[in-house]
Amino acid sequence: MSTVLEVSNLTKHFPVRRGLLRRQVGAVQAVSDVSFSVKAGETLAIVGESGCGKSTTGRALLRLLEPSAGSVKLDGEEITALPPSRLRAARRQMQMVFQDPFGSLNPRMTVREILVEPMVLHGIASGERAEARVSELLRTVGLAPYHAERYPHEFSGGQRQRICIARALATRPRLIVCDEPVSALDVSVQAQIVNLLQDLQREFGLTYVFISHDLAVVRHIANRVAVMYLGRIVEEAETSALFADPRHPYTRALIAAAPRPAPGAVTGREAVRGDAPSALNPPSGCAFHPRCPLATERCRTERPELRAVSGSNVACHHAEQAEPLPLPSAASAPSELLNRRLEVLARARAASAA
Amino acid sequence: MSETATQAPPATAAATDDVLLDVRDLKVHFDTEAGTFRAVDGVSFSVKRGKTLGIVGESGCGKSVTSSGIMRLVPMPPGRFAGGEVMFDGRDLLKLSEKEMRGMRGGRIGMIFQEPMTALNPVYRIGDQIIESLRVHSGLGRAAARRRAIELLDLVRLPSPEKRVDDFPHQLSGGQRQRVMIALALANDPELLIADEPTTALDVTIQAQILELMRDLSARTGAAIVLITHDLGVVAETCDDVVVMYAGRVVERAPVAALFAAPQHPYTIGLMAAVPRLDIQSDRLETIPGSVPPPYAKIDGCRFASRCPVATDQCRAELPPLRELAPGHSVACWRAPLEDVA
Repeated sequence: MSTVLEVSNLTKHFPVRRGLLRRQVGAVQAVSDVSFSVKAGETLAIVGESGCGKSTTGRALLRLLEPSAGSVKLDGEEITALPPSRLRAARRQMQMVFQDPFGSLNPRMTVREILVEPMVLHGIASGERAEARVSELLRTVGLAPYHAERYPHEFSGGQRQRICIARALATRPRLIVCDEPVSALDVSVQAQIVNLLQDLQREFGLTYVFISHDLAVVRHIANRVAVMYLGRIVEEAETSALFADPRHPYTRALIAAAPRPAPGAVTGREAVRGDAPSALNPPSGCAFHPRCPLATERCRTERPELRAVSGSNVACHHAEQAEPLPLPSAASAPSELLNRRLEVLARARAASAA
Repeated sequence: MSETATQAPPATAAATDDVLLDVRDLKVHFDTEAGTFRAVDGVSFSVKRGKTLGIVGESGCGKSVTSSGIMRLVPMPPGRFAGGEVMFDGRDLLKLSEKEMRGMRGGRIGMIFQEPMTALNPVYRIGDQIIESLRVHSGLGRAAARRRAIELLDLVRLPSPEKRVDDFPHQLSGGQRQRVMIALALANDPELLIADEPTTALDVTIQAQILELMRDLSARTGAAIVLITHDLGVVAETCDDVVVMYAGRVVERAPVAALFAAPQHPYTIGLMAAVPRLDIQSDRLETIPGSVPPPYAKIDGCRFASRCPVATDQCRAELPPLRELAPGHSVACWRAPLEDVA
């Protein structure tokens, strides 16, 4: 499979200025030295907590924020150095879906105008062909052609997110960066949108960068996962390897802290102490050391580089020492009765559809 | 000062079996130009001392209106109580005077909200806000109240509380503010704590800390907790009993283990299957087709009927009452248990 996106040493620092002369007194190190690649038709998830730099990374990929350093290559073409005119052409290939389906649609435009705009802008279609494409896009995302005449406020959150996805698809992109696309949605709606994203990926061979704080959603949708902490990738691995045998203490803490929808499934967790420190003044050495149960003197002084440890790339001096995570207990499996009743509902639904 | 505010619940409270809060057929309606919105329409449940009850449901199901209804914090008008009782330790909160109710809030009943900045006053130091509550409800002197405030901040594990007590809310992180709000809610040893999405705005590692803190406190003081959440994971880990709400009504009520082992209502079943799982790989998530009925719709039958694959004419015509199918496990569904449906 070909590599669609190749990112090396991507860095974004925001200068902090003070005083009359606006002298730079420091920098928020939002993203530092982030490297990864994504193959065609794959999903790479970037996970982490608020302020870890995952959204900044997503925006820097599309140059919605100018990176401070590093390289982003889309299908081999260097994006970071493109002049504005060529950048617009490149953006046809990469689109974005945002978390807030309320704030990311212009309330004064009809759905038709929202969908036609990128087509005209990128010279893809106009007139009748654009009209036909609007209907096709709406059907693709599970809406109906008559929705084209309506305004965003007439739709529910889930439907709005479908419109955002349709808009992203309008230019037939290769890559879509999804920034927390289901975080603002209710569980039952979230499931619909996750399924839609997966169907579209299979149908159009899309490549996703999926930014999320929700490990369960990530486990479900991603092929590979990169875990970020304070602007850096601390672990990167195939999804199954990451969840089966997480090697970085922070990854382990994230997995352990996620509540399980199964009473009695959790028995004692490795609690992480304290809050994440500020990206304005990150700790020396390994940024996780003040909260880490394994931290030693070396962690305080020497920053660990990413290195291969049993199938993962981990930035931790003590990656070998972490004990295997306990296997999920039997209590965490969905109950027999739940599955049987789900089948009853599925059969009834199939019967009424037939 | 109310004489009850200073009185700590008995140490054995957690062991006894008495009901502290009993909500009976509560109805909170909103009269608007578009019609009457029955946000909460006949909700009943009870909470025992030392126990945690979860109210779970999706946006618009009425779970937050239920909690603000209990606290009498629903703006009236447009809201009004269209019926029901909120019995707290034998007294109907809906019949108290506004002055008596003010004594309850922050006194015998503590509250935690999702967004701490809406509950904390940005222009007062956090310590002063706790001190004020202690002086009003417990009648402590200034010095004693300050000592107690520092104690409380330490209890919720705010680092260096003797310094942070003089911080303003904006100087704290989101997780720290949430802890301050918990400290404020607990200041007067409340017998009942109402927590509306207390961890929704927080990162998972901080969420785990806050939930553990709430569990600890309930075990230590014997306070009853009503926890409003949309997160089934939080319910599974924190609650003893659960109420599932849909479109303003309770559709299922059960002890937590029973709810997860044998969910009865088609909505509960759909909700549980829609949640992606961290420890189980699945190909496709289950969804609940359709959407919640519009708020002003007048529906005679089951409000879930339009989305329910096993709905019958009876479901569409007649409102299903809560039926007890197992001890403590009730469901408002004509068709439950589903395996009997041919």
